[in-house]
Amino acid sequence: MSKHTFSIGGVHPHDNKISRECAIEQLPLPPSVYLQLSQHIGAPAKPIVAVGDKVKVGQPIAEPGGFVSAFIHSSVSGTVKSIAPRPDLAGNPQMCIEIAVEGDEWADGIDTSDTLVTDLPEDNKAIIEKIRLAGVVGLGGATFPTHVKLSPPPGSKCEMIIINGCECEPYLTSDFRVLLEKGEQVVVGAAILSKVMGGVPCTIAIEVNKPEAIAHINEVIARLGYAGISVMPMKMRYPQGSEKQLIDAVMHRQVGSGALPISVGAVVQNVGTALAVYDAVQKNKPLIDNVLSVTGECFPRQANIRFRVGTPISYIIDCLGGMPADAVKVISGGPMMGRAISNLDAATLKGTSAILFLTEKQTRRAPEGNCIRCGKCADACPMGLEPFLLIRHARLGNLEALEQNAVQDCIECGCCLYSCPARIPLLDHIRQAKGAVLGAIRARAAAAKAAAEAAKPAPVIPSAVEESKK
Amino acid sequence: MSKLLVSPSPHIHSKDSTRSLMLDVVIALIPAAICSFVFYGWREVLLMAVSVASCVLLEWAVTRFMLKKPSTIGDFSAVITGMLLALNLPYTTPLWVVVTGAVVAIGVAKLTFGGIGQNIWNPALVGRVFLLVSFPTYMTTWGAPAGVVDAVSGPTPLGAIQEGLLSGASVQDLTAAYNYKDLLFANLGGSAGEACALALLAGFVYLCIRKVIKPWITLSIFATVALTALIFWGINPDRFTGPLFNLLTGGLILGACFMATDYVTSPMSLWGGVVFGVGIGFLTMMIRYFGSYPEGVSFAILIMNSVVPLLNMWFHQKKFGRK
Repeated sequence: MSKHTFSIGGVHPHDNKISRECAIEQLPLPPSVYLQLSQHIGAPAKPIVAVGDKVKVGQPIAEPGGFVSAFIHSSVSGTVKSIAPRPDLAGNPQMCIEIAVEGDEWADGIDTSDTLVTDLPEDNKAIIEKIRLAGVVGLGGATFPTHVKLSPPPGSKCEMIIINGCECEPYLTSDFRVLLEKGEQVVVGAAILSKVMGGVPCTIAIEVNKPEAIAHINEVIARLGYAGISVMPMKMRYPQGSEKQLIDAVMHRQVGSGALPISVGAVVQNVGTALAVYDAVQKNKPLIDNVLSVTGECFPRQANIRFRVGTPISYIIDCLGGMPADAVKVISGGPMMGRAISNLDAATLKGTSAILFLTEKQTRRAPEGNCIRCGKCADACPMGLEPFLLIRHARLGNLEALEQNAVQDCIECGCCLYSCPARIPLLDHIRQAKGAVLGAIRARAAAAKAAAEAAKPAPVIPSAVEESKK
Repeated sequence: MSKLLVSPSPHIHSKDSTRSLMLDVVIALIPAAICSFVFYGWREVLLMAVSVASCVLLEWAVTRFMLKKPSTIGDFSAVITGMLLALNLPYTTPLWVVVTGAVVAIGVAKLTFGGIGQNIWNPALVGRVFLLVSFPTYMTTWGAPAGVVDAVSGPTPLGAIQEGLLSGASVQDLTAAYNYKDLLFANLGGSAGEACALALLAGFVYLCIRKVIKPWITLSIFATVALTALIFWGINPDRFTGPLFNLLTGGLILGACFMATDYVTSPMSLWGGVVFGVGIGFLTMMIRYFGSYPEGVSFAILIMNSVVPLLNMWFHQKKFGRK
């Protein structure tokens, strides 16, 4: 049994991987797709097509809107119908490019064959540029633009690439299926990432509830013969797949508060991202599709499907037999960190990893009781925070005390609320408090910067000097 | 289309609830309750029934009619208070005294502070100490266990030793009357719950295995008591009792396993808990050796209960990625 795991807190929810045996299926093309301009962390992309334009699969339709931003490509071939706001998962309007599907014609230069390309390109700069042009973003949840992560700031040095195959969230099986069915591509992707970062060692972290994946990837690494890539079986524990926790588990280094993983020499990429990197670099294929799990005990048709980005969620559900009658909550992502969907017509994003159906019984929140000071929330917190204390300050609006007690370090994993026997909505309050404290910290930084600017001697303008003398 | 439920994550919850945790404590107390029945008979059953019933009824009545809030008796915490109170009394205690203890425990020590989670002192102990200082006669008349022919009757071992010391006898002569097998398996006078040390320890192990409590508080009490006794006994074995005798007598095991580990009135952090345990162990020994009461666990726990808010302020767990 593997003992590799992070050092503080964590919980052990039942993993409920009921869709683990379902091979990845190709979803039929929907009548239209809606590509949101903001589906990565950072600035929204800017459209480079106009209504009425004909586009092909893999053709760029929006360019980065800033340094931290990403290209967006058409995931289908057809006609641009509209560029307009459309309600997202939560019902908030987001700019989307709507494309009506006509056939399935791919842009030139994309290799759509299944042939495995194992020879790595020579030029690292060219590799990163390819990744950037393909619109690759982190598919583990945060959707951070991958090319930015692969260009560490000067002075920092990467010592290890970690490929995150933990999939510690209950129910999710898409990374597991990718490891099983696209293991070769993932390993080549990992080799590309490790080469780009200067030939550093690469660790593929997989939790022990996926023994087939561990065995398969080990076999693939041996077969392809890449040096420096290894599999590390991890103990089952949530939130192992969280970036900071995974670095702690694999490298025994803790990323400081507010710091980036590169500060301890680590770069973490998800399994799905490694596959997207392979596609981008070896096949010239931009990030236009991804794999998601459609699952839940009340959903009869478990599935792992490859979908084109922008496919409406309702279309996916209808293709698989429609909404189960007793589902009351539909979640985009896993049950611990996923977001409840209020608008099923919303479109999938690059980073959508699952559609999970829960019944009333599974997701009901019992009424809040008194805190019995058992300390289970503090035991469960992987960041070593004390949620019972934070919620007390949060309810009093005591921002200073919240900052002192490190509310800004919260990773919103949900372990505190999950484990509270009195069912106190700890994370609900802590999340809001964290937002307020981060706002205050940013305001302070901005004020300090402004003060520093003001303290600089102002350039002397002769006429102004003349004026003042009068 | 049916309406969808939308709420922030997480969307699932562990099966633990206040009720399930408290139920585990009740289960952990059952071996001790059975032992006390075996040693003291039906009278003990009656005593426990009255204690539990009055605690639960009182909590129901006060929340319902005075606080006008939903009743909290479903969480089993009042049952635990009732059981602990009964296990802390001699089995001969008159029933009206038991009811008085329950009123103080639930009414004064628990509900005036706002009910479960809000009290500063352990309710059952407040009830017990109130009875001890108000009705010393009833509270120190320890009946010998029924059906044990050659049992030591009369005062508790600790009480006997204190009286003996005052009349000039040496500890060695006084403790000669006791053997450790008896202390472990209970044929001695004392509170009902002190009847059988092994039953209490079994309950403690159950709570640790079920991860209801962590063992650090209890272990640091035991260690401190043993170490303090070792030092004093080593200096003067005629005047001071030894470590094993102190570990096995009085309410030490009951207190250390079930009262000091009460969530509400103990510190949240590991090191806070250890300091708390050391404080209880040391104060217990000081009261036993130098106080006017033969037994000090109850007082020691209540005194350390008062320090818990400070301990919670001083001791925090280590935060990720911070010094």
